[in-house]
Amino acid sequence: MTQVIMIGLMVCALLCLWRAWAGPTPADRTVSIDILGILMVGFCAVLTVETGRDLYMIVALSWSMLAFVGSLALAKRLEGKAYDE
Amino acid sequence: MSENIALVVMAIGLVFDLIGCIGLVRLPDVYNRLQASTKCVTLGTFLILIGVVIRFGFGSMGFKAILCLWFIAMTSPTAAHAIARGAHKAGFPLWSGSVGDRYAEDSRPGSDAPVATTPDRAEEVTP
Repeated sequence: MTQVIMIGLMVCALLCLWRAWAGPTPADRTVSIDILGILMVGFCAVLTVETGRDLYMIVALSWSMLAFVGSLALAKRLEGKAYDE
Repeated sequence: MSENIALVVMAIGLVFDLIGCIGLVRLPDVYNRLQASTKCVTLGTFLILIGVVIRFGFGSMGFKAILCLWFIAMTSPTAAHAIARGAHKAGFPLWSGSVGDRYAEDSRPGSDAPVATTPDRAEEVTP
């Protein structure tokens, strides 16, 4: 059952990657990378249930924080400002 | 028993994720895509992490799952808001079938849009 959930999350990730590849504007690519980060947190949670190891939950936690910072930096860049502005 | 409940909750979360990603692919506009995908994928990941909590209980792993869940609930709408604001300020166009752009109307200089004051406070003082 967890394998089915993992395959479904991979399908979601492929849809996000298609949008990042074919997005007509840079904003679409930014949105798709943001969504991909949140999806990977869920994927790490499913891996935790699959393997029963504590490691993947730590990976999910740090991945969520890094995805947030990356999304904010990309949004700032999208607005036309520098990163430290 | 709790493993089966956890799997059902995670499967519901997967359904939300799939609906959000289909919305990301199918909708016509960057704002519509942001709207659909952010809300659905946040709820789906939320449900998957709740499944982890149900599966492992409130041990060390469940505590990490709750922490991750709180962090996602705080940061995902913030990131979506920042992206939408950046896209609007960069001037990416709305869909041709959109019926209004309230953010542009309110942020236009010189417009007589009502400034967000606090009239409720005055009513509290004088009942």
